[in-house]
Amino acid sequence: MIAPIAKKPVPRRFHQASWDEPVIFELSQPGQRGVLIPEVENGIQETVGDVTSRLPAHMRRTSPPRLPEMSQLHVLRHYARLSQENLGVDLNIDVGQGTCTMKYSPKVNDQLARSAKMTELHPLQDGSTVQGMLEIMYRLEQMLKEISGMDRFTLQPGAGSAAIYTNVAMIRAYHESRAESRQRDEVITTIFSHPSNAACAKVAGYKIITLYPDADGYPDIAALKAAVSERTAALLITNPEDTGIFNPRIEEFVEIVHSVGGLCSYDQANANGILGITRARDAGFDLCHFNLHKTFSTPHGCGGPGAGASGVTDALAPFLPKPTVEFDGVKYYLDYDRPQSIGKIRPFYGVAQNILKAYAWIMSLGADGLRAVAETAVLNNNYLMQKVLQVRGVSAPYAPGKRRIEQVRYSWEQLANDTGVHSEEIGFRVVDFGTHYWTSHHPYVVPEPMTLEPTESYSKADLDEYVTILAHIAEEAYSDPEIIHNAPHNSTVHKIDPDSFDDPDKWAVTWRAYLRKTKKERG
Amino acid sequence: MNPLAGIGGRVGLKGSDGQEIQEQALALGAVPQANLRTAQALETLVPFQQDFELLTPPGEMGETVSRQLGFRPRLVSTISSARTTADDTIRAAEFMQASGVDMILFAGGDGTARDIYKAVGINLPVLGIPAGVKIHSAVFATHPRCAGQIAADYLHAKRLRLREAEVVDLDEDMYRKGYVSTRLFGYLKVPYRPHLVQNQKVPSPVAEIARLDAIAADIIENMQSGWLYILGPGTTTRAIAARLGLPKTLIGVDVMTSQESVALDVSELRLLELVKDHSFKIIVTPIGGQGFLFGRGNQPISPQVVRQAGRENIIVVSLNEKLNTLGGNPMLVDTGDPEVDALLVGHYPVITGYHESVIYRVVD
Amino acid sequence: MTAKKPVYPYIPNSAPDVKEEMLRTVGAKSIDELYADIPANLRFKGKLNLPDPLLSESELVRHIEGLLAKNSSTRDYLSFLGAGCWQHHVPAVCDEINSRGEFLTAYAGEPYEDHGRFQALFEYQSMMGELLNMDVVNVPNYDGFQAGGTALRMACRLTGRQKVLVVSMIGSDLLSKLRDFLKPDIAMEMLPYQPDTGLVDLLALETRLSDEIAAVYFENPSYLGFIETQGDQIAALAHARGALCVVSVDPISLGVLNPPVDYGADIVCGDIQPLGIHMLYGGGHGGFIATRDDERFVMQFPSRLFGIAPTVVEGEYGFGDVAYERTSFALREEGKEWVGTAAALWGITAGVYLALMGPEGMVEIGERIMQRTRYAMMKVAAIPGFHLPFEGSHHFNEFVVNFDATGRKVADINRSLLKKGIFGGKDLSLEFPQLGQSALFCITEIHSQVDIDCLVSTLQEVLE
Repeated sequence: MIAPIAKKPVPRRFHQASWDEPVIFELSQPGQRGVLIPEVENGIQETVGDVTSRLPAHMRRTSPPRLPEMSQLHVLRHYARLSQENLGVDLNIDVGQGTCTMKYSPKVNDQLARSAKMTELHPLQDGSTVQGMLEIMYRLEQMLKEISGMDRFTLQPGAGSAAIYTNVAMIRAYHESRAESRQRDEVITTIFSHPSNAACAKVAGYKIITLYPDADGYPDIAALKAAVSERTAALLITNPEDTGIFNPRIEEFVEIVHSVGGLCSYDQANANGILGITRARDAGFDLCHFNLHKTFSTPHGCGGPGAGASGVTDALAPFLPKPTVEFDGVKYYLDYDRPQSIGKIRPFYGVAQNILKAYAWIMSLGADGLRAVAETAVLNNNYLMQKVLQVRGVSAPYAPGKRRIEQVRYSWEQLANDTGVHSEEIGFRVVDFGTHYWTSHHPYVVPEPMTLEPTESYSKADLDEYVTILAHIAEEAYSDPEIIHNAPHNSTVHKIDPDSFDDPDKWAVTWRAYLRKTKKERG
Repeated sequence: MNPLAGIGGRVGLKGSDGQEIQEQALALGAVPQANLRTAQALETLVPFQQDFELLTPPGEMGETVSRQLGFRPRLVSTISSARTTADDTIRAAEFMQASGVDMILFAGGDGTARDIYKAVGINLPVLGIPAGVKIHSAVFATHPRCAGQIAADYLHAKRLRLREAEVVDLDEDMYRKGYVSTRLFGYLKVPYRPHLVQNQKVPSPVAEIARLDAIAADIIENMQSGWLYILGPGTTTRAIAARLGLPKTLIGVDVMTSQESVALDVSELRLLELVKDHSFKIIVTPIGGQGFLFGRGNQPISPQVVRQAGRENIIVVSLNEKLNTLGGNPMLVDTGDPEVDALLVGHYPVITGYHESVIYRVVD
Repeated sequence: MTAKKPVYPYIPNSAPDVKEEMLRTVGAKSIDELYADIPANLRFKGKLNLPDPLLSESELVRHIEGLLAKNSSTRDYLSFLGAGCWQHHVPAVCDEINSRGEFLTAYAGEPYEDHGRFQALFEYQSMMGELLNMDVVNVPNYDGFQAGGTALRMACRLTGRQKVLVVSMIGSDLLSKLRDFLKPDIAMEMLPYQPDTGLVDLLALETRLSDEIAAVYFENPSYLGFIETQGDQIAALAHARGALCVVSVDPISLGVLNPPVDYGADIVCGDIQPLGIHMLYGGGHGGFIATRDDERFVMQFPSRLFGIAPTVVEGEYGFGDVAYERTSFALREEGKEWVGTAAALWGITAGVYLALMGPEGMVEIGERIMQRTRYAMMKVAAIPGFHLPFEGSHHFNEFVVNFDATGRKVADINRSLLKKGIFGGKDLSLEFPQLGQSALFCITEIHSQVDIDCLVSTLQEVLE
């Protein structure tokens, strides 16, 4: 008999890969090549000769770009090492990135999207050769229509904020068509809606009025009444908001804005907890948008490519970006004959591979499955909240005693006042246990914020582990805060000195700038 | 440090300024909080003690706690009596400034901050270790340990940017009569570190200038010629004057048109004269901490002036971050005239940027 | 037998036992209680009308592959399509790296736990910097159209002016995007071109420049494939009137073509799709914007900019956001647009591509594309009835062919080509009516002599 190996301690003894990897330029070996391209055949050489030398001198590049020279294995190895120095949903309990909906992106969908019948399609191919692609786009539109209750969708926007901008552009076009755009120059939003609602409307030329919440943290309907007027173009609102609180008076909000002739656009970035539970159209909204890389599982890609979907009622359908995808009973086709369209939001029709992945995800779940997604996301979130609130020094501001939908914005104010440890520092310490942590978007209304969104992808054991980590760090704050102040200890790198980032004489966005400012020799 | 800071709170008294109150508290056996908190701050500096010289007043005002932690401080000035007074704080700070210190670290509350301001104004960097009952001024670190950390960073790097932070305090007499009334007393230059000073993130000094300029641009876009503009105290209203190229006192009420300065630092009477039979608007910013737009007490902008202006001619300006320091609480008005207060109560627009505003609650 | 409720592989806590336990912890009898805040009249009644699910993975694969089978790709047809999306070879290592889960499924972590992403993107910025000969390059934004729109808005913010001059030889899609994105405050005026070459009419440019113009925008190579050789003169004219020169460039041409900054460009932008990213039916786009390392310019970027910094350990590299708060303010344009999810993974991919290709590879690909393009042009021009309107210009990657003399429409010719297994050039007849029945043909490094000869002979066949 042998003695069993001792139980693993909790929280786990994580250490991230740490290669101390140089910057790629430092790995350059003169003469190396990573990949070769076909030579030009003799037939062509003899016919055309040396074409580039006939360019006017000032148009010709005088010396090759100073890129690194590396063999193929060395490029692969360098990036493979960097990938090990990165955490994704695949590796960590990613509940700490609230508002981002870090759910599992099924591998089968990624693999399906790698088919040459997806990757090698040129967007200008004759419609008869891309009937499968068009059908997928059409079907996804039908599904999103059903999920939201809206009449039409465009899948053209590149991601969520692009979809918000698309909605604002359509709102603007709508009012222009009624000769009211000069009069309607104000857009209303709330402080807990995603900041892109204000930012996109600003770019589109609107004055922004932001509503602060009432004493309980709900969007303040009296504030809305004070804000609306004949100058109101639209209300842009996220619901549930980034606090995880559902606005129970959302229908009244819409009525108030409609009563002054404004439109209402529903930012559904936080749709994950309400799929099949409540719909944008039923609350009276004129437009909405979804993030396919949040709710609908397409992978986040370190920050894109994602995909956005904008939905509208029939009244706004004429303004949709073009082309739309149509079906005449026999074939699918792209419709450019849309005289009132706002035109193009991006090249071509959308992030097609993500449209495919979102479609596949919905097909794998169906209506019952989407319901299970929403219900489990909400259960996970409330379970997590229950346990997190038992941790010393943490609170969940607003809506006292009420449930949350799919995420919660917490506050470490108590702990910070007691110990001097800040939320951001807790975030750096959490890294030592192999996971992530998100404070919140700007503006920072909640002091010492932490926003957690578990989604449906994580198990009860995952959630318990995350809470254990937070509790452990909270105890450290009260007993040994130095370990937090100097965190992280077990990550890829140690505490970064941020002083150069805001100093124009010191900042370096490229290696060449860095060499120039530090007067280093090129390796 | 103000060794008597923090006494009032523990035994239920409101603030510890004024000799009488202090005697009462000590008779009840209260222990000054200041020592403990100062120690927490100085602990962070212990590893670096070779790198800087510590100046501190003798005895309870700083020497005792410094020596306890192992520092060998240079001493400045002398204390006048067994009980330390505000005068001693002022004299110590003046002495430190004259000695050419790089930074003053003080422990106390809003009262102490006021004393430091009286002594040095915005001439050199200052940072407060929170050790008082009343901490509404924006000059305090969130926690004594953070104060030490920032001081250490500042002394090493000396590149920390500085921002002007409000010194506010309650009017003590009003407070004991049951009226809360905050006043802006001045500004101190405080080192900027995101989230280490104040619970809310404030913009970096450079961003702040740009954001205030944006608010100013919005206001100026809507200014009408021939109208008078009454600008209340603060850096936000100062930015408006700056963009117009006109002078502005930092803590006084000034009157101007969009073209020229009419009067600076006016009294209540002078203001009434100026606005008599004139079209005018009032531009104010909420005072940090409590969020007062108009309070009682010594106010140049009297209830009569407010009433004469009317709600539509009262413009409120503020950075979002300033509103966030109110922690979700509404802005306050308490002019002493309930009819005038009623003009402003409810949901009020606040200009927070260029073509940006918020709707925020106001209560009386 | 009652149907069992399925346990979903993607939803661990859908298993009934664990669900019960969690409900108990939360103190709720059912999940419905958790939705108490949603008014009853807003609760969706019944089930969403969605297709029946394919719960097993094999059924899902079969279904999706069945749909994809209705597609034919550029593997099945010989394609000469370009016009904003290009068929270059994607090295296997590019796909390998961007399919690794650590990169694919990461998002917005800190430069500690996501150090890899920061370094990979810093390296992308750096390699693009070498290609462009500029010190500041952004983390990618959505696509080249967005990059162009943002670059023009940046120019307006920098100069305080509200009008831009744009060459008329740009694609109608880009024009549409700019028209929308520059509303309501920025006016756009189109610049006339010289009919033989397509190049900017410099005299017209000079006349139109004024103190109101913030920027002059052109592309190199142009949308129609010819190279604007007057870049230095355009920039000089613009600068003389205080305007900025904004150039959109195809990065894969920069091994042989001079980086625009070297002939006077102030802001350079474009799309990185040619650098190791599949066409993906238009899903492979990412935009870049580059400027010199001048505080005024840096402050105008609406994107993230990753910078390098030391850590507390000697010799260790750390990364973070440069100038995270963009702090300048210009009256009309306070908002620095917005920052959102865009195309970071493509940035990493483009970095891998540039590292694999290296200096020699980028020179070679530029040279060989130009040679193949020239060959195709010569052969096509030799076909009776075919005319190259901009033959006088140098070309990279694409060229216009006019069919008017054949009496046939482009659509018709393309239909015939399709039957023979070829995707012909993009039909330009609606986009540029002044060019008559014309098409835009694209040649890259993957088109062999056999391919080009096949195109030529098929075109001849089709005309008979």
